[in-house]
Amino acid sequence: MRKEYTFKILRYDPEKDRKPHYQSFRVPYQEGMTILDGLFYIQYNLDGTLAFRNACRAGVCGSCSMHINGRYRLACETQVSHVSRGSVVLRPMANLPIAKDLITDMTKFWDKYRYIQPWLIAGKPAQENAEYTQSPDERANLDLIIDCTLCGICTQSCTVTATDEEYLGPAALLKAERFIADSRDSADFERLDLIDTEHGLWKCHTIYNCQLLCPKKINPTGSIKSLQRRMVHRYLAYNEPSGRD
Amino acid sequence: MKYHQAIIIGAGLAGLRAAVELNQNNIKVAVLSRVHPVRSHSLAAQGGINAALGNHPRGKADSPEKHAFDTVKGSDYLADQPAALKMTQEAPLRIREMENWGCPFSRTHEGLIAQRPFGGAGYPRTAYATDKTGHVLLHTLYEKAVQLEQASERENFVFYDEYFVIDLVIDEGRCVGVVATEMASGKLEVFRADAVMFATGGAGKMYANTTNALISTGLGMAIPYRNGVPLKDMEFVQFHPTTLYGSNILMTEGCRGEGGFLTNDQGERFLANYPDSAVAMEVSPRDITSRNMAKEMLAGRGIGGKNYLHLDLTHLGEKKIMARLPGIRDIAMNFAGVDPITEPLPVQPGQHYTMGGISTDENCATVLPGFYAAGECTCISVHGANRLGGNSLLETIVFGAIGGRAMAEYITTAGAAKKSKAFEEAEARVEKELSEMEGRTEGESFAEIKETMENTMTEKVFIFRDEEQLSEALSTIQKLKERFKQVAFPGSGGSRIFNFGLYNIMDLGGNLDAAECTVAGALNRTESRGSHFRNDYPKRDDANWLKHTLCYLEDEHPRIEYGEVTMGLWEPKERKY
Ligand SMILES: Cc1cc2nc3c(=O)[nH]c(=O)nc-3n(C[C@H](O)[C@H](O)[C@H](O)COP(=O)(O)OP(=O)(O)OC[C@H]3O[C@@H](n4cnc5c(N)ncnc54)[C@H](O)[C@@H]3O)c2cc1C
Ligand code: SF4
Ligand code: FES
Repeated sequence: MRKEYTFKILRYDPEKDRKPHYQSFRVPYQEGMTILDGLFYIQYNLDGTLAFRNACRAGVCGSCSMHINGRYRLACETQVSHVSRGSVVLRPMANLPIAKDLITDMTKFWDKYRYIQPWLIAGKPAQENAEYTQSPDERANLDLIIDCTLCGICTQSCTVTATDEEYLGPAALLKAERFIADSRDSADFERLDLIDTEHGLWKCHTIYNCQLLCPKKINPTGSIKSLQRRMVHRYLAYNEPSGRD
Repeated sequence: MKYHQAIIIGAGLAGLRAAVELNQNNIKVAVLSRVHPVRSHSLAAQGGINAALGNHPRGKADSPEKHAFDTVKGSDYLADQPAALKMTQEAPLRIREMENWGCPFSRTHEGLIAQRPFGGAGYPRTAYATDKTGHVLLHTLYEKAVQLEQASERENFVFYDEYFVIDLVIDEGRCVGVVATEMASGKLEVFRADAVMFATGGAGKMYANTTNALISTGLGMAIPYRNGVPLKDMEFVQFHPTTLYGSNILMTEGCRGEGGFLTNDQGERFLANYPDSAVAMEVSPRDITSRNMAKEMLAGRGIGGKNYLHLDLTHLGEKKIMARLPGIRDIAMNFAGVDPITEPLPVQPGQHYTMGGISTDENCATVLPGFYAAGECTCISVHGANRLGGNSLLETIVFGAIGGRAMAEYITTAGAAKKSKAFEEAEARVEKELSEMEGRTEGESFAEIKETMENTMTEKVFIFRDEEQLSEALSTIQKLKERFKQVAFPGSGGSRIFNFGLYNIMDLGGNLDAAECTVAGALNRTESRGSHFRNDYPKRDDANWLKHTLCYLEDEHPRIEYGEVTMGLWEPKERKY
């Protein structure tokens, strides 16, 4: 087992640097060391200004998404020994401005999330001190979709985002599906209208990047396709004489 | 200088719930958080949240009073009984409200919120969403908050994401604002507010082996402590029985609630061999289970003689594990390379929850007018000497709402905070501290102080405590505090933009203050109660110690006073399960 790893990290301090550049650090290896552990070793011992997001260190908060040796991953759940024998190359997520080092400015990502009205819009008011009922089967429609941590990997790695930065992207569309699929929510049509736009639903090219990379093994492509199907059914229903008006 | 009627520091469940309440009371509110709200540590909660909903077939006879009794008994009678009762009475309402706002709880066959058994509870009353309860609660509450934000006029509900709060502003004995740094620009910002609430979470990072997030450093407790607000009952630290060996990531109590076994090197369910856990076995309260695990390992019956035991879920079968504990399986596979469907999980007890914290009354008010606190950073106390699993998520949403209401009332009566010199002075003070920190490139090693603190707490202030170890720990922490004054910034240069070197140093300072209170309180308390177990005083001593510890900062160190426990319906009895 290697005693030491090289961490080659894309650095950028907007106040000091004209453009991003790589810097290498040597990090002693310890059994079970994760990428996040290595980054902390640098921040605690070598360079306190090294910037990367983190919180839970357990793969559940979605803070630490970054590009690690050729692939988007969560730094905290990636062991260095699983991605390389001796060197690790890290850069921030793509298609967003770099705020500093491995931290991107995610404003655009959150704007897309807000855009789809990510809250339950129930058809009828709840009774006082009572839950809406939902059968286990209805609830099962939400399995997996609700696991999304909003880590951003799917949207930022999507090739469509790279060519159209306004594309709503898999994370926001998945969130729309999360409410549309919820038996308690009644705003299907409003939400479908929101995403049936130039930069919405139909932009998906079915590249499956999101599904491949999602750390939670969610299938955003599948959700987008299901939204598209709903949309098609809705058009058909409109156009049939007996359909809704 | 920015102004909002109310400012909440922290966007976990407690902070968000308070913000929603303030908005609904027509108070203009802003929420500051060092991480984006959905990254707050509330999301890591797995097992569930307690309320006497009566949705479980075996839970029909449950009631808020029984829930309160279990809470008080679990607290080893140190909880304030009226506060505990207040929490359990409001519990069903708050949880159903979360459901109404969209929280995707798991369901019973009748379509109601599903509940599971948890340690120390007389009935299955822990509502859950598989093993991701905190995640769905936090996302739901954030969604609700975003909805209100979008429906509000500008400035009426504002999020300041990635703002790191450094100090309070106090004018004529009233808290009137905070000083923070906007992490993305590195600039200092002063906020004026008619009332301020801290909802900054726990202080687990003072220990080496903790389930807490990297940001749970106790700085949010240290800031008010340095401004004259006492910390209460800091010696009571919960050690969770089952954290993953190696990373100490939590393996929820739900694993045992669903029927998992704890076994030793011989494959034996050893809890049967200890009188206090022989009946309830794996669903005994956390303090008892952790102690018996520690005893088992001390006796050399850890797996392969090592410092861990087995949490065996294999007999639950793939279907149940995938349906009820999918997150646990993911974590175990990613972080320990073990699949619980086929192999037992290596686990050991680890720091989990800070029962102590900012001393508040049952309306979240503190001794400092205008300053409120809610959630894990507080000690009301509803958890006393030992928190029951599922009660702290409950505390966040119940007391978040109560605190929000109390702030709204305070703001209406106390009126707007005046502009004054106090704001510039606070800003100048913070600026001076920061420039000193970043300018000191030679000095004591940051990593060494941090590591020594964490190891000292884990070795000497853990499950079993005694006078000798606690005295040693206290002197170590005090020496570290001295060294910390000369702590060097790792490396040098760089702008203030996302300058984690500075945040780390501030966190460590906060952690050291919180740790010193923990050790000092533990050393003084010559009895065993709940999570605080003294080998040299193994019995609970109600005659002398049925009281709250209050630490006030004086001459850089805690001065300890004691406060009364508010009793109520239940007289202290021996805790038997
Ligand atoms: C792994 C794990 C599992 C758990 N499982 C359960 C469970 O099943 N049931 C249960 O009841 N309880 C559980 N708990 C406990 C419970 O989750 C926590 O007590 C509770 O969520 C704390 O919520 P909070 O709102 O008080 O704080 P947190 O959610 O920790 O939020 C703290 C907030 O404060 C902000 N903050 C802190 N300091 C600053 C600063 N200086 N400046 C700006 N912002 C700041 C942070 O950004 C964050 O937004 C668990 C805890 C852990 C660690
Ligand atoms: S769907 Fe997966 S990759 Fe996309 S934001 Fe959610 S968790 Fe991240
Ligand atoms: S730190 Fe939370 S997902 Fe990595």
